[in-house]
Amino acid sequence: MNLLEIKNLKMDFGKNADALRAVDGVSLTIGTGETVCLVGESGCGKTVTALSIARLVPTPPANYVGGEILLNGRDVLKMSNGELRSIRGGVVSYVFQEPGASLNPVFRIGNQIKESLKLHRPEKATNDEVIRLLKLVGIPAPESRIKNYPFEMSGGMQQRVMIAMALASEPKLLVADEPTTALDVTIQAQILDLLGELKQRLGMAILLITHNLGIVGDMADRVAVMYAGQIVELSPAKELLRRPLHPYTRALMASVPKLHGTAERLSAIPGNVPRIGNFPPGCRFAPRCPIAKPECSDKIPELVEVEAGRWVRCPFWKTP
Amino acid sequence: MGQMSVLENTMSLLEVKNLKVHFPVKHGMFSRVHEFVKAVDDVSFAIEPGETLGLVGESGCGKTTLGRAIVRLVEPTAGRVLLSGEDITQMNGSVLRTRRRKFQMIFQDPYGSLNPRMTVEQIVGEALDIHKLTDSKSARQKRITELLKAVGLDAVYAQRYPHEFSGGQRQRIGIARALAVEPELIICDEPVSALDVSVQAQIINLLQDLQQQRGIAYLFIAHDLAVVEHISRRVMVMYLGKIVETADARTIIREPQHPYTQALISAIPEVDPESKRQRIILPGDVPSPIHPPSGCPFHPRCPIAQLPKCQEEFPEFREVAKNHFTSCHFAGTKIEASRNPARREAV
Amino acid sequence: MNETDPIQNPTVEQPLSPWQLFWRRLKQRRFAMVGGVILIVLYLVALFAGFVAPYNYDRLDTNYSFHPPLWPKPAGFHLAIPRYEPGAGSFVYRVVPNDTKPLHFFIRGDEYKLFGLVPATIHLFGTGDEHYPVYLLGTDQFGRDVLSRLLYGSQISLSIGIIGILLSFTFGMIIGGISGYFSGWTDTVIMRLCELIMSIPALYLIISLRATFPPSMSSAQVYAMIIIILSFIGWASMARVIRGMALSLREQQFVLAARSLGQSHLRIIVRHILPNTFSYVIVAATLSVPYYILGEVVLSFLGVGIQEPNASWGNMLTAAQNTEYLRNFPWLLAPGAAIFITVLAFNFLGDGLRDAADTKSL
Repeated sequence: MNLLEIKNLKMDFGKNADALRAVDGVSLTIGTGETVCLVGESGCGKTVTALSIARLVPTPPANYVGGEILLNGRDVLKMSNGELRSIRGGVVSYVFQEPGASLNPVFRIGNQIKESLKLHRPEKATNDEVIRLLKLVGIPAPESRIKNYPFEMSGGMQQRVMIAMALASEPKLLVADEPTTALDVTIQAQILDLLGELKQRLGMAILLITHNLGIVGDMADRVAVMYAGQIVELSPAKELLRRPLHPYTRALMASVPKLHGTAERLSAIPGNVPRIGNFPPGCRFAPRCPIAKPECSDKIPELVEVEAGRWVRCPFWKTP
Repeated sequence: MGQMSVLENTMSLLEVKNLKVHFPVKHGMFSRVHEFVKAVDDVSFAIEPGETLGLVGESGCGKTTLGRAIVRLVEPTAGRVLLSGEDITQMNGSVLRTRRRKFQMIFQDPYGSLNPRMTVEQIVGEALDIHKLTDSKSARQKRITELLKAVGLDAVYAQRYPHEFSGGQRQRIGIARALAVEPELIICDEPVSALDVSVQAQIINLLQDLQQQRGIAYLFIAHDLAVVEHISRRVMVMYLGKIVETADARTIIREPQHPYTQALISAIPEVDPESKRQRIILPGDVPSPIHPPSGCPFHPRCPIAQLPKCQEEFPEFREVAKNHFTSCHFAGTKIEASRNPARREAV
Repeated sequence: MNETDPIQNPTVEQPLSPWQLFWRRLKQRRFAMVGGVILIVLYLVALFAGFVAPYNYDRLDTNYSFHPPLWPKPAGFHLAIPRYEPGAGSFVYRVVPNDTKPLHFFIRGDEYKLFGLVPATIHLFGTGDEHYPVYLLGTDQFGRDVLSRLLYGSQISLSIGIIGILLSFTFGMIIGGISGYFSGWTDTVIMRLCELIMSIPALYLIISLRATFPPSMSSAQVYAMIIIILSFIGWASMARVIRGMALSLREQQFVLAARSLGQSHLRIIVRHILPNTFSYVIVAATLSVPYYILGEVVLSFLGVGIQEPNASWGNMLTAAQNTEYLRNFPWLLAPGAAIFITVLAFNFLGDGLRDAADTKSL
């Protein structure tokens, strides 16, 4: 049984006539100890999909209109509040993009980590355990650091504290939503390195959300590419980077400037990312797609397994 | 001390000489000031007409402050900024205002760089109005339409408000505003960092096109080395208020001389799945610019630092290869990336 | 056109300015719209007070002192006003049966000046016969119609509110904008001045300011002076808030852009900084008007407000300060009800404005 199985998840913002579909039939599985990257640009629905795993999206205004989220076999969308509180932290923990905003500025970090411990492993809510966690995430001199306030730490350190808080409850799945986007590239390297090491030591599964394809190469076992509320490509990471199949993935990779690149001019994707409520009919990428045909706007293509373990939402994926 | 422009006899468009921007640290309203945040600490460089100079560094290195000091949004503490030979640090009032036409700035945040209560037409038109660049309503209208077209926006958008546009479109509006005064130099302060990946390429291409069409020079400030390498002819790397390396874009990527540059390059996540590159992980965080380390400011984190020299002596910024300058006692030493766990810790 | 041109897809069907968006959000808030409508009616009625009121504010008729409210009775297709005569006991009246006069609309009556300028004699309603007075809200000690005085009084009370906030907020915005934008010593000096003004207890300030003016002043002068006093107290707190907003707004990149274009400081404050404080200012202004109205009431209670025979809600309430009056002639509290409704309406509207301006909420 997979650790996480999202089946055909559909979520709207608003009701009835005003409903805007943010997540449109997303299916994704994560096995124990696996690292899956969810790649996409702003507004594609990756963050709300990830937040839905622990039902962290407030309803209203959100509205789950279809699908299931099975965590260890039980549907999160049907859980009671008590069950939800125990899986939050207990089974799945989160690390968010801006560590400065996620830490409470008026409490010392030692206390914040202890709070996480008190909720899930109360017998371990001690300073010693906090120090052990801080060492685990590579914070030097943790004995003195537990008294620090968040503002006394740099962005990289704050993110490490967030990771320590997330790990305190020994979750099976760590959901990291753009954990390094707000950090400098050298600090980003440190954090990604840390996550990689933790993954091996603790056997934890990771759902890593990012818009940076480079991170995918380093970290992921499998990748799901999202566009306008749907998954358009799902594939093992190395395969995707070696040979992307969906026109969006290909265009995205081509438009990123590379080190040692020789392009005079970047191949840009024309147009703008469609916003919720303004999705074009049929294939949502068609208006910007270099290989679009008239029939692409007629109906939304299905996500089809075209090679072993590789799924694409495009009937013309073979076109070079 | 600084890099020499290749052709010393022709005048550079922009020459920055020994620029310093130090912010006093106040401990209360009436106390004396003893400490300074040395945001920009003795920086010198030049930009030729029509060329792009990239400036790379991480947060806190002073690159944004440097860009703002050049356009005098922040007052330089010392040093000179020469625009076509004229020292703009000494100018004020209406003289400065007139000179401002020559250099403009594009900002990072597409959502904060446009006044939400003004229409596109008012935003772009303000530039024309301040410098009285058009003499009739119809001429003004025409010019605004031209500018919008030049950045790829339809004229019909002139009456719309910023919140109706996407990030990429807002950056285009910001570029149109900068172009309105026909500048010779544009300081681009992280213009694509806040944009979606698929839109970044559009804006980079637009900037390159405008440069080809109009001969505008750019100081392109960013933290993404790949973007900077792509768009720039020459690149400067900044650390803690100082320039640590300057070279041609291709050269600096292929043969980085300074250990910080090497670490920066290796830290970039590569899309190439076959790459077996090991990362150089720098320990610790950037030190505070109020108390920079003694000697070479990079030595506490440097994988090849050798005490006592690196701690005591500040390395001179000198030419180590043709048109390639760096400030390191051991310039050119290739760093062995290691998976040593000790390296992974924050310091 | 090269291939990187964006596909023209504006994100909304029709362009909506920030104001239009705001208005749309406001319309969804029922309480706010109710408050707004009530206020529009009140201000319109105040504008046409002379026309709506059956009598002038100073018309006395001691035959009918403390007359209770009398209401028209339906008679066939008309409304008719019965006649009253004094009964047994003081200030007791009884109906004279079968003696009525029909109530007419748009009838000629006492002369008044519409808007204070145009002489007119047409009133909204009346009987045209002074033996059949229409006292919808009763009369006071001097037989003056309470409704008429209420309406004339509304002109004073409501206008003091509006003019007061216009003055204090305009002044406060300018001072606050300058203080926050320039910061440094300018800011320090201005803010200390504001704090000085705010630290003086308002009541004592009002009294001492009033005391500096000669006791006998024309009613127009008293009116102007009340507004000036109230505004003088009010501008400081607005200035402080605007200064805070200006301090953060001046770091916004669009302000930096304006500076780098060479825009003058004054224009930056007026075009870039202050317009972005409007959403706060409108809400604060709406919620402050009640304080000005009540300020006038306080001044009247202290005997230094609008003087008789001019009517204001404040001095009408002051005259009703007697427990015997309140027990026997409760209609004298009508101005209190009027103030209550007005303040409530401003608060509803202000709450709605605040919600509508807060774009982060739904």
